[in-house]
Amino acid sequence: MTERNRELFALIPASLLVTAGFTAVFIQRDDAVSDVSLVYGAVFLALCLAVHIVLRFKLPNADPYLFPLVAVLACFGLVVIYRIDEDLAREQAQWFVVGLAAFAATVVGLGDHRRLERYRYVIALTGIVLLVLPRVPGIGQQVNGAYLGVQLGPVSFQPSELAKIAIVVFLASYLRDTRQMLVQGARRIGGVTLPPIKHLGPLLMVWGLAMLLLVFIRDLGSSLMFFGGFLALIYVATNRLSFAAIGLALFAGGTWFFASTVGHVQDRVATWRDPFDDRLYDQAGGSFQIAQSIFAQADGGLFGEGFGQSLLTTPDGTVLLPVAETDLIYAVITSEVGLFGAVALLCIYLLFVERGFKTALLATDSFSKLLATGLTAVFGLQVFVIVGGVTKLIPLTGVTLPFISYGGSSIVANFILLALLLLISERARAEAKGAR
Amino acid sequence: MNAPIIRLFVVFMVLFAGLVGATSWWTVVAADSARDNPKNQRDLFKSLEVRRGAITSAGGTELARSVEGPGDTFEREYGPEAEAVSHILGYYYPLGIGDAGTERFRADELSGESDDLDTLFEQIAGGTADVGDNVRTSLDLDAQRVAIQQLAGRKGSVVALEPDTGRVQVMASVPGYDPATLEDEDVFTDLSSDEENSPLINRATQSGYPPGSTFKVLTAAAALDSGRFTPDSVLDGSSPQTFSATPLSNFGGQSFGSVSLTQALTQSVNTVWAEVGVQLGEETMTEYMEDFGLFEQPPLDYPDTQLFTSGTYLDNELVKPTEQGQDLGRIAIGQAGLLVTPLQMAMITGTVANDGVLMEPRIAREITDRDGRTVDEVEPERVRRVMSEESANQLTAMMREVVRSGSGVAAALEGTNVAGKTGTAEIDIANNINQLWFVAFAPADDPETAIAVTVERAVGGQGGQVAAPIARAVLESLLD
Repeated sequence: MTERNRELFALIPASLLVTAGFTAVFIQRDDAVSDVSLVYGAVFLALCLAVHIVLRFKLPNADPYLFPLVAVLACFGLVVIYRIDEDLAREQAQWFVVGLAAFAATVVGLGDHRRLERYRYVIALTGIVLLVLPRVPGIGQQVNGAYLGVQLGPVSFQPSELAKIAIVVFLASYLRDTRQMLVQGARRIGGVTLPPIKHLGPLLMVWGLAMLLLVFIRDLGSSLMFFGGFLALIYVATNRLSFAAIGLALFAGGTWFFASTVGHVQDRVATWRDPFDDRLYDQAGGSFQIAQSIFAQADGGLFGEGFGQSLLTTPDGTVLLPVAETDLIYAVITSEVGLFGAVALLCIYLLFVERGFKTALLATDSFSKLLATGLTAVFGLQVFVIVGGVTKLIPLTGVTLPFISYGGSSIVANFILLALLLLISERARAEAKGAR
Repeated sequence: MNAPIIRLFVVFMVLFAGLVGATSWWTVVAADSARDNPKNQRDLFKSLEVRRGAITSAGGTELARSVEGPGDTFEREYGPEAEAVSHILGYYYPLGIGDAGTERFRADELSGESDDLDTLFEQIAGGTADVGDNVRTSLDLDAQRVAIQQLAGRKGSVVALEPDTGRVQVMASVPGYDPATLEDEDVFTDLSSDEENSPLINRATQSGYPPGSTFKVLTAAAALDSGRFTPDSVLDGSSPQTFSATPLSNFGGQSFGSVSLTQALTQSVNTVWAEVGVQLGEETMTEYMEDFGLFEQPPLDYPDTQLFTSGTYLDNELVKPTEQGQDLGRIAIGQAGLLVTPLQMAMITGTVANDGVLMEPRIAREITDRDGRTVDEVEPERVRRVMSEESANQLTAMMREVVRSGSGVAAALEGTNVAGKTGTAEIDIANNINQLWFVAFAPADDPETAIAVTVERAVGGQGGQVAAPIARAVLESLLD
């Protein structure tokens, strides 16, 4: 079977899932099955088919599983958002159309991902500007103490979502050039292999950027995501564990320093360590979120309370589980489909990560390998940061759950990420076929 | 570069394993502790969407019911009958003052959480109960009203139990409250700060009073059942006599000379019963007090926090007579640090009525589902045999004499034999303030009810004059 036929078959369960999901929500809500659930399923299937046809023509050899995995995530997310708020689900469905358009535009317009290398400094600068944008007075928005959003007229978006791709593109390109020098110029000092001083500068800059994110943008989550992706790239580019270890130590040291000196980071850590503390629980932006997230998940148990059953507001309409459609959506999912459902979801993400790294393995040139690795790593880390935060494994910070959380920037950015991965995959697999 | 990519994937597998672990932690391992966290109000909010079961009297009158409230929620509604049974009902205001009484003790049944249907299948299907079960009590609403009427605003309590089952037929506590008004938290605050009247206290289960001469029933039971005395044993009834180096007088300082135990009970001769207590000794007295249920929380289906443990108290500490030298003579006549609830006195009386077997008191009689089918019959539970049937019969005969010719004649019913005992415990001799008591059961030869009546801090008066007529009226209503 060809790649595209496999993809077509793999899309069928996704469509069934979205139909079944909406049916479940309708049953719970109205005690009657509306044919709207079938309409949603049909529309979703039509959209998937449209993308599938684009892929069939433009990227016939690309990985057949990445897109169906995303389709499953997206439709699952749509059902959960629909269950939280019908209007948001409609908006989210529109964002999917925009995201798929961006996806098609990237595939058709870019054609070859290696063209990105030519613009790497422009891309890097764009990424940094995007990151700093939320702090610009007049357009920046502060949410829960972190500067994450930008408001431009009627449109608001989270620039860090797009910035993560820009920065990975730059790092992949930069490390492709310098990786040999990093390895060859390395010295062993006191039993530790250190990169050459000359190339230390740009790397320290990345570290500085991560620290800047932490303190200036107040976004521990994004900071962790970017720097984690950076470390993954350094490690893969040089095959020197010590480089990654030094980077990790620097990051840990920096985080520890700021956690003990800068107020809002301090609070984040305090609410993480003791979410049930009375003072922290009651204070604005305190531990109420994480505590409620834990309570909602505890209700889930093994099998969950069922779609639409989890309590999100009190009977008088007060919000019980804040930002359920974005940051805490994983808590809603765990509460409603239980441990089994949540683990199934994590498995889908892990499969996506596996396909991403598989693409990196198959790629033949360094830039493609590094780009696929970097994109996959930030994607996987984003899942880790938000799910880890919601489950109190790490301090909770506001990043989205890719393809599931409500939010246009996240959807569009992640579809572009998917498009890049598929472009890399197409080239790698076509070459492999040609060689055979 | 392929080797590090594969190792990187392994790192991601470890990270995701961490996520699975953390999710398992909150959904399974630590789920109970998260649910029990006082900050977790999810169950509370969910419970608002449950139509809570009704609480009814033995005759089926609805005392508390749920009606539709705003949104998908239900609200508790208390009918006009609720005020008469306020303390037994308690209250249920989950968004306000919380819950108490039967509303609290039977919360699982009332909210449907005790349903057997709560199976694995239901968990998978994700269904939760939305209708709770009803609790039918054994309360006789008419007799309850009579009790409150008879107390006529005087602070006090009436408890009546069915001797052979332990079912609570009457449990009145005055002053009470209207559960419907407690929705307003200010009303609750006012009532709970009213220390003069303490209307929220269920005097039947929460207030320990000196039982006075009604306690002689227990002393007599110990005397007869231990085999050391018979109803005809003769003792010195002169007054005063010295106990624990302090002179003890009979009522009005009256000297009786040599009297039998039957006569001593009929005339409530303090010096005789104090002497009996001393002769029995602290071991025997403590043993019978324990057997009758003192020194432990009564096994009533009622919240722990609303149950007082009867017994001998020294400096607010429960101390058994065997543990520390105490004034055994005065304990035997219901004084000297002895504090007993009306419920406990009804249990003692009920044991004598039930041929010497103590039963667990029970408010609930059966649990029914929304269609009225019985889900669970609350079976009578026997605590223990306290005294032999023979001793119980002897004591019954002595107590009959109290009502026939002694201090309790005011409780006599036409055509029915009543066995009883009066009590007048001195609380404040200077101001002539007494705790007035009467305990009884009827009919004496085949008891249907055992009752304890007390009037708190009455100025002047005796148990036989004040409490006995109340008992008579309630008995009349119950035996009707």
